[in-house]
Amino acid sequence: MALPKYTEPHYRIWHYFYLLICGCVFFFLIAPLFVIFPLSFNAEEFLVFSDGMKRLDPDAFSLRWYKDMIYGTKNPWGLAARNSFIIAIFATLGSIILGTLAALGLSSRHMPYKGLIMAILISPMIVPLIISGVAIFFFMAKVGLAATHLGIILAHIILGTPFVVITVTATLSGFDHSITRAASSLGSSPYNTFMKITLPLILPGVISGGLFAFVTSFDEVVVVLFLAGLDNTTIPIQMWTGLREQLSPTILAVATCLIILSVLILLTAELLRRRSERLRGINR
Amino acid sequence: MSSETGKILTTDGIPLEESLKQAEKKNKIKAFLLVAPLLLFLIITYMIPIGDMFSRSIDDKMVTNMLPKTYKAMETWDGKELPPEEVFEAFYLDYKILVKNKTAGKLQTQLNYEKNGFKSVLKKLARKQKKFEEGNYKEQIMKVHKRWRNVEYWRAIKRRAPSYTYSKYLKGVDMYSNEDGKIVQVSEDRRIHRILWIRTVEVAFFVTLFCFLMAYPIAHLLATLPMKYSNLLMICVLLPFWTSLLVRTASWMILLQQQGIVNDFFVWTGLVADDNRPEMMYNKTGTYVAMTQILLPFMVLPLYSVMKTISPSLMRAGKSLGAAPAVAFFKVYFPLTIPGIGAGCLLVFILAIGYYITPALVGGASGTLISNQIAYHMKSTLDWSFASAMGLMLLTGVLVIYWIYNKLVGVDNIKLG
Repeated sequence: MALPKYTEPHYRIWHYFYLLICGCVFFFLIAPLFVIFPLSFNAEEFLVFSDGMKRLDPDAFSLRWYKDMIYGTKNPWGLAARNSFIIAIFATLGSIILGTLAALGLSSRHMPYKGLIMAILISPMIVPLIISGVAIFFFMAKVGLAATHLGIILAHIILGTPFVVITVTATLSGFDHSITRAASSLGSSPYNTFMKITLPLILPGVISGGLFAFVTSFDEVVVVLFLAGLDNTTIPIQMWTGLREQLSPTILAVATCLIILSVLILLTAELLRRRSERLRGINR
Repeated sequence: MSSETGKILTTDGIPLEESLKQAEKKNKIKAFLLVAPLLLFLIITYMIPIGDMFSRSIDDKMVTNMLPKTYKAMETWDGKELPPEEVFEAFYLDYKILVKNKTAGKLQTQLNYEKNGFKSVLKKLARKQKKFEEGNYKEQIMKVHKRWRNVEYWRAIKRRAPSYTYSKYLKGVDMYSNEDGKIVQVSEDRRIHRILWIRTVEVAFFVTLFCFLMAYPIAHLLATLPMKYSNLLMICVLLPFWTSLLVRTASWMILLQQQGIVNDFFVWTGLVADDNRPEMMYNKTGTYVAMTQILLPFMVLPLYSVMKTISPSLMRAGKSLGAAPAVAFFKVYFPLTIPGIGAGCLLVFILAIGYYITPALVGGASGTLISNQIAYHMKSTLDWSFASAMGLMLLTGVLVIYWIYNKLVGVDNIKLG
């Protein structure tokens, strides 16, 4: 943002001060994430930069915590990762199916009580997680699903659907309904119209809602803390226990893997957003 | 359509008006059927359980069910003097069953809440009553412990007769109803919950304020920079947004520890002495710093989406009409961003007020919030009805804020990224 030549000096100073503030805030946002990378390669057991690391001595770096994460004795991460993925995948599928159907209904102009229903559907996102956790725990305990995978999956569907509903509703807001009418008038069945016309067009919204649901489930601790038994510990639960008891470098190795995963998800989400904007003809 | 012109008919011979109404109704049902699965699912697994929390929070059937005969006998007792022989007999019979079923402990705990020192009295009775002879239970019970002659203890039992109570809500704000049924505050050294409520609101307020102060400049920068730079900088906002909450909390735990990088930096700059490193974690400072960084993206994104829509020519027009840059900013630009500020602040405030994970990990004793107390009662003391009561009090607060949010911005306008 180059300033025009006629800018007065005091305004010029203010402008550079403003850029400096912005720089500091961006640093504050992103820098904490980068502490984890180098420390996860620490050869020692402490969570501080050793003198060797400061001198960039190759001996001070090692992969021992990554090995510990994968091969370590009694290591809980393998089971936790498997559980996390199973739960997150099924929860995402459930959220996508229920959320997309609901969004299709909600975006119809014939829908009665739209505001009220939208408020109910979005409520799991607004209600503090701790309250959702307590309520869902009472329900799951009553129907005997506490400490089961199914119980946790259902809980995560509850937490994930609002994201799908919101993103798909947003995609549908730019949707030209005359296309589906054209399809119907040409003799297409409603199912066929949905699969061939509607779905491909709203797919970016569905997938990005699904990504939100996946991340919500994959990262969720509070509700799982109430619901999980010994057999359904997830990665966040393991991290939570680790962080409470003793911060070990193995956790940092796991954290690094999670950051890489989130970079991948971020890139996918960005690509989808751009594709969706292109499809809806929004040019910036 | 007036009747004189005659009704327009469709090809089926049905009046058009009716046919349209039918089609409308059909469409309504169709739309509703699409929403129904999710709506039903949420009502059953989510809305009803939250309602269930309410019935749990006022439920007090436990003692009522444990002493059925006693409460029946007590119906006619006015509570002024010691109860008559029937009450003593009924209590003896009820208590005998409880001791036999090994559930007397629950009653002891519950009545001890009502009157301090009840537990030992009841425990002694449990031991002695095995040798009781039939008849004249009043004499025998009073012989076991002199406190049974004190009418206060019997009144304590009577107070637990109703199956519903609002005492958990009173406890949530450090009050209780005393022996005379008056609502009074607990003694000053035991008012822990009020401190927690105040602290929760305080932390949420300041985190919101810090987030706003930090998010406003960068959202402005992102909205005014050319696309190719702003896209790159946007990643700095979105990457933390997509990264696991626990990972971000972990990185703050590393940064803020006493031998951590932030402290190293302070020592290096000479701000603090090496042997006098400040404690930045396990207190309120840690909670503030970590929560601000974690919630910052939730403030930036709504602000950005509003600022993106403000045309830069407005500011230019203001300046060309003679306003100084600062005046143009506060008179033209700032008022236009108010919807974004409202959305961001309320979103961050709602999220912060119910925060659990980060305060629990970096908050220590002085940085924990009301959510931590709820979790503590759910997992450690197992006082679920109290946890429910506190949860609902928190929920009421959040719903009030949500209602304001809805009035100001509308729920449908929530944007994600």
